Amino acid sequence: MLKTFPKGGIHPAENKLTSSREIKRLPVPKVVYVPIAQHIGIPAEIIVDRKDKVEIGQVIAKSGGYVSSNIHSPVAGTVTKLDMIIDTSGYKKQCIVIRTDAKNEANFTETVYPLKKKIVLKPKEILQRISDYGIVGLGGATFPSHVKLNIKGDKKIDCLIINGVECEPYLTADHRLMLEKTEEILVGIQILMSALKVPRAIIGVENNKKDAVAAFKKITATEPKIQVAALQVKYPQGGEKQLVRALLDREVPKNGLPLDVGVIVHNVGTIFAIYQAVQHDLPLIERVVTITGKKMENASNFWVRIGTPIKDLITEVGGLPEGTRKIVNGGPMMGKAIKNTDVPVTKGTSGILVIHADEASRGETKPCIRCGECVTVCPMGLEPHLLMNLSEKGMYKKAGQEDVLTCIECGSCSYVCPSHRPLLDYIRFGKSIVKNLESSKN
Amino acid sequence: MDTPPIVISASPHVHSDRSSKQIMYDVVVAMIPAFLVSLVVFGINALIVTATAVVSCLLFEYLIQKFLMKTEITIWDGSALITGILLAFNLPAGLPIWMIAVGSLVAIGIAKLSFGGLGFNIFNPALVGRVFLLISFPVQMTLWPTAVQNNTTLADAVTGATTLGILKEGLQFGGTMTELGTQIPSHLNLFLGITGGSLGEMSALALLLGGLYLILRKVITWHIPVVVLGTMALMTGIFWLGDPLHYANPVIHLLSGGAILGAFYMATDLVTSPVTKKGMVLFAIGIGVITVVIRLFGAYPEGISFAILIMNAFVPLINKYCKPRRFGSKIKAKIV
Repeated sequence: MLKTFPKGGIHPAENKLTSSREIKRLPVPKVVYVPIAQHIGIPAEIIVDRKDKVEIGQVIAKSGGYVSSNIHSPVAGTVTKLDMIIDTSGYKKQCIVIRTDAKNEANFTETVYPLKKKIVLKPKEILQRISDYGIVGLGGATFPSHVKLNIKGDKKIDCLIINGVECEPYLTADHRLMLEKTEEILVGIQILMSALKVPRAIIGVENNKKDAVAAFKKITATEPKIQVAALQVKYPQGGEKQLVRALLDREVPKNGLPLDVGVIVHNVGTIFAIYQAVQHDLPLIERVVTITGKKMENASNFWVRIGTPIKDLITEVGGLPEGTRKIVNGGPMMGKAIKNTDVPVTKGTSGILVIHADEASRGETKPCIRCGECVTVCPMGLEPHLLMNLSEKGMYKKAGQEDVLTCIECGSCSYVCPSHRPLLDYIRFGKSIVKNLESSKN
Repeated sequence: MDTPPIVISASPHVHSDRSSKQIMYDVVVAMIPAFLVSLVVFGINALIVTATAVVSCLLFEYLIQKFLMKTEITIWDGSALITGILLAFNLPAGLPIWMIAVGSLVAIGIAKLSFGGLGFNIFNPALVGRVFLLISFPVQMTLWPTAVQNNTTLADAVTGATTLGILKEGLQFGGTMTELGTQIPSHLNLFLGITGGSLGEMSALALLLGGLYLILRKVITWHIPVVVLGTMALMTGIFWLGDPLHYANPVIHLLSGGAILGAFYMATDLVTSPVTKKGMVLFAIGIGVITVVIRLFGAYPEGISFAILIMNAFVPLINKYCKPRRFGSKIKAKIV
């Protein structure tokens, strides 16, 4: 019996349409739009100005605080504007617009980096580089990696978990990366293990990616400190707390972090970015993006420069199919619907999902019949139907007492509700108000 | 590139293919075997009772929503249909049509719509209708046409007592199980449905078949029915072992008096039962205990309808105290 987390979870249709499509390289766009808030925390501070010439990988916005991250120029070119553009969040955000220099060879030569196994940097230097090179969690949460790796005080880490779960339907970016960069990821794991001095690491992969499991098993056969664990397919297993519970049987305390139970979790994409930064001196300026959808015949995976407008990606696979009604940045469970295709790819863009009119609308909301399905599937042990009611009626204090803030917004409740109730919408709303209430108290 | 009209909504962007309506119609499907058995046993009378109950439930829901509440008409969501069938299942064949209509009015008008309609009612509507009729028309409501003999003509329906009715009377007047045993149907006949009683409680086999369907379709979980029946078996078993002359054995109790009908189809009503598994178990134990207490010590021979209604009243309280364990709280001992 394969491992999984015990409480809650759902099995949405996997629809991994692109799992056998090799990662291709998207041509460097003519113009890139680089937002300065691509990570959780404080936005970066812009350090370039209009008409400045920038090189590939040059820092263009500096980390704005501890929980923040540097941002590097994804192309060589000229800064044309410092503008406000609509990003994934739907709000206008500050962003740096750079015109790619069509004459600069560096933009168009594809360097092949040979596998480099020997780690020369010392632990401190490794951590510094992760911080300097703008590495953030690439699984979607975009939490600055150096903050996660900064282990303070008496906290002891005995296990590093590599998150290769990719439980979101449709997305295959991590899957492809694990197949195509298996050895690089292994070196990345060793880099982190040496930097943090952790005695062991576990790579967790859901069993719908048997080839990735096999690939890791093969190359870790001689690595006694690194285990590979195939997991039962269940959403939201990619959630940190669920993954730690599934692999190690340890439960992260309420309001706590994996650190509290001696674990650090990193996504495979992040590990690869760390490898690139440490071994090849490359800052985070590109990532793998899955572009997919049921009607997208050429759905595939691409290496995409940060700041590339999503429409470039869509054009590359033949444009939006007839009858497209929704475009989602991310997967169908947690991704954000975007208003137009001018929105740029950022560090957190793991995929673009194009949804046809048949599936774009929600069902009609009916009264709650108290079937309890939402309670059954909630991986955090919450009562979504109750939290929705409390938020709807403005009983925020009570919602706080019912642990609304511990909701991970996985969407399992809304997914199963037979009455199509907008449970998560109201819970998110309730969360934001409870958060404000609590911060105003402090 | 021109962007087509785009829908913006918050995640999740996919939904499971289950709907409330589908759940409701699954329940209807699950009741078909028991309905067929009632047709075999009571003939045209079963059809008349069921049709009357269903039509009047739908009609009253329509009329009240259209003219009194002036809200959306929801008669096709399946819930009024279920109430109608369940009400019919709880009535004796041959009950006057107007009484059935009154029962339907109470079920839909008072128990369901006056609370706010589907999802807001506290008590199981069909049971409220049934109990209202039982209290208002005790004679007609306990006039049970006997099985098999009369399934064609309405005029000369022979009536007889139900299994539990015979036992209740007999034991009260000093009879013993040995004497009464000959007057009640055999266990096998009880199981197959060759017995007296209300429409839907005839065949345990048919009811279990439907119950299994509900569990397989994930409309209900095993918790409520198994715990209700288990509690009843345990309690009646203790009394029977203590004094087999004056107490019926658990098999008789489980197979008669609508125990299976109540446990699988009425106690499990989603709206009026607890949300968590823990709560369901507590709720079901309550139903089992109250049912047995009424059967052994109360005035009524059956009791499960009352037991379910009484426990329905506790559901909000049970929901309040039987919460799921929050992730990351009250963690059991763990080694780091």
